[in-house]
Amino acid sequence: MFAFLANPARFMAFSAWAAPILFAGALILFATGIPWALFYSPPDYQMGDTVRIMYVHVPAAWWSMGAYAFLAGASFVSLVWRHVLADVAARAAAPVGAVFAAICLITGSLWGAPTWGTWWEWDGRMTSMLVLFITYLGYIALWNAIEDEERAARLAAILCLVGAINLPIVKFSVDWWSTLHQPASIMRSGGSAINGEMLGPLLTMGGAYLLLFGALTLMNMRAAIFRRRVQSAELRKAQS
Amino acid sequence: MSALGVTFKRELALLWAGGGALAPLGYFFGTAMLVPLAMGPDRALLQTAGPPLVWIAAALAMLAMLERLFQSDLEDGSLEQMLLSPTPLEGIVIAKACALWVAIGLPLALAGAPVAIALQAPVERVPLIVLSLALGTAAFTGVGVIGAAVTASVKRGGVLLALIVLPMFAPPIIFGASVASGEDVGAALSILAGCALAAIALGPIAAAAALRLQAE
Amino acid sequence: MSARGPFQDNPPHKSGIRVEALALSRGGRILFEGLSFAAASGDYVEVQGSNGSGKTSLLRAMAGLLTPKAGEIAFDGVEEPALALHYVGHANALKREASVRDHLRYWAGLFEGGAREQVVGQALDLTRVMSLPVRALSQGQARRLALSRLIIAPRPIWLLDEPAAALDDAGKAALNELIGSHRAGGGIVVAAVHEPLGPAPSQTIRVPR
Repeated sequence: MFAFLANPARFMAFSAWAAPILFAGALILFATGIPWALFYSPPDYQMGDTVRIMYVHVPAAWWSMGAYAFLAGASFVSLVWRHVLADVAARAAAPVGAVFAAICLITGSLWGAPTWGTWWEWDGRMTSMLVLFITYLGYIALWNAIEDEERAARLAAILCLVGAINLPIVKFSVDWWSTLHQPASIMRSGGSAINGEMLGPLLTMGGAYLLLFGALTLMNMRAAIFRRRVQSAELRKAQS
Repeated sequence: MSALGVTFKRELALLWAGGGALAPLGYFFGTAMLVPLAMGPDRALLQTAGPPLVWIAAALAMLAMLERLFQSDLEDGSLEQMLLSPTPLEGIVIAKACALWVAIGLPLALAGAPVAIALQAPVERVPLIVLSLALGTAAFTGVGVIGAAVTASVKRGGVLLALIVLPMFAPPIIFGASVASGEDVGAALSILAGCALAAIALGPIAAAAALRLQAE
Repeated sequence: MSARGPFQDNPPHKSGIRVEALALSRGGRILFEGLSFAAASGDYVEVQGSNGSGKTSLLRAMAGLLTPKAGEIAFDGVEEPALALHYVGHANALKREASVRDHLRYWAGLFEGGAREQVVGQALDLTRVMSLPVRALSQGQARRLALSRLIIAPRPIWLLDEPAAALDDAGKAALNELIGSHRAGGGIVVAAVHEPLGPAPSQTIRVPR
């Protein structure tokens, strides 16, 4: 399927209908998931109603990491096969992943505030997510800093893969550090045993985020390809 | 002399001509000086927070030196000549990184002794702090070359370099600061050594890949 | 006194370059396509073209620095192309604070070559400035220092980008002598130039096609 889509023209034709469908799907799932999460799911026995932020926070965490995995895959393809669409896909997905990470951090802070009594707490998971967010920022900044698009794509790809190696190491280090400094973890996303009734809205929101990621990435890719076409046309006009 | 040897020698000479470790050491001392100015001279507070802050100061001082590592080679055409050497570029990068560590990292580690004492670290912990800084600056150098290589073509890319490299500095800082605080020193030190080895082994590979792209 | 050719101690080395249907692009713009030529031992190929036409990119592609968009660059009689060529680009690859002698020693180590200092100094008239740092050199002297790489480590293929830039008549004469003895020893010289260097080229390539 990827070989079929590898042709930019075919990709544009595919994404012309795929992006709106994914977006519509995302809207439907959000429309289902959010009311379900807010009103029709049980409160946590410990935290009460504040647990409802989990339904926004946790899928954002999953898919910010999933987006980085996508970035790493696209970077690998970019370096090995030097395919333009892989570069476009990587650059398109990064801001989406970064925003998901930011949502995770902000909602994590909001969630923790009543529990911790403070607007931010340096627990293991939040700290690792913060490093992921900074990694995203560095990746996006590198793309913007280099004028030659092809060179930017390859250098960013190298950086992304290096980051992919670094992130598990950071996760391990931060977990080590947090057990050193905080023997008891205050925040648990739904507890070690997730109540079955929480699974439904959680997975729905998870699906919603995934479709949203897909839709936004495709839309960004389309915008980037349109931009390139305009630039090539202007270049040709200048040369003729 | 081999390509590795001449590269190491040349890099040392260039660093020396550029002022040597004077600027990074000054930066290190200066940052450390700001700590009590910011926190107040309360001994108990400094004793808890001070030693780990030595690590932050050392990390920042190394960052300042990384920016120039490959930029001039790219601009004056030296990088192209390195690509024509029988010695692989990865090796040449390791030679440059070693020179950077010997000229800057090691002095920073040694300077960590007076700084740690000034920031109220217990005297018996100071040798371990210096050892951990030596390993840590080696780790910083290993991952730092990646950032330096990737930003070599960006004018005034120092801030971008810092942004890129900081997530990679996090693990050495976590374990190094733990040694400085005297917590779980044995485990922290061995993991820190592992970080340093991994950084020196893998960093130059990624850096060389990026440099080949820069030379295009 | 002429420089000893790099191969006069050894039997002439047979080598060749084959460029087939080469296409290069830079910053999304195609510089040229379908360029083909071949060079054999003793050849001197002159690449001519206006600024920005792709002369430099052609040399860099042959040096292995640039990946071509299409086509092939092949070297006959050499195992490892990167080790069989010298590239003297626009930039001299000099460090301002290091001395002339430092550079000779560095390149001797980098390329695992070993021509003696006196030989290099006499061939390129650098004897008087051996101890001076590069920042004290004139443009012509700096260019000659860059060209000294050609003597330090003998390699069959020379890729020269505007080698005579900033050289005075004496410098140009020394360069032509170097090229002459290199060709006599079986080497190949490919030079991108604005105006002819002096020796009649075996072939002239015009870029773009």
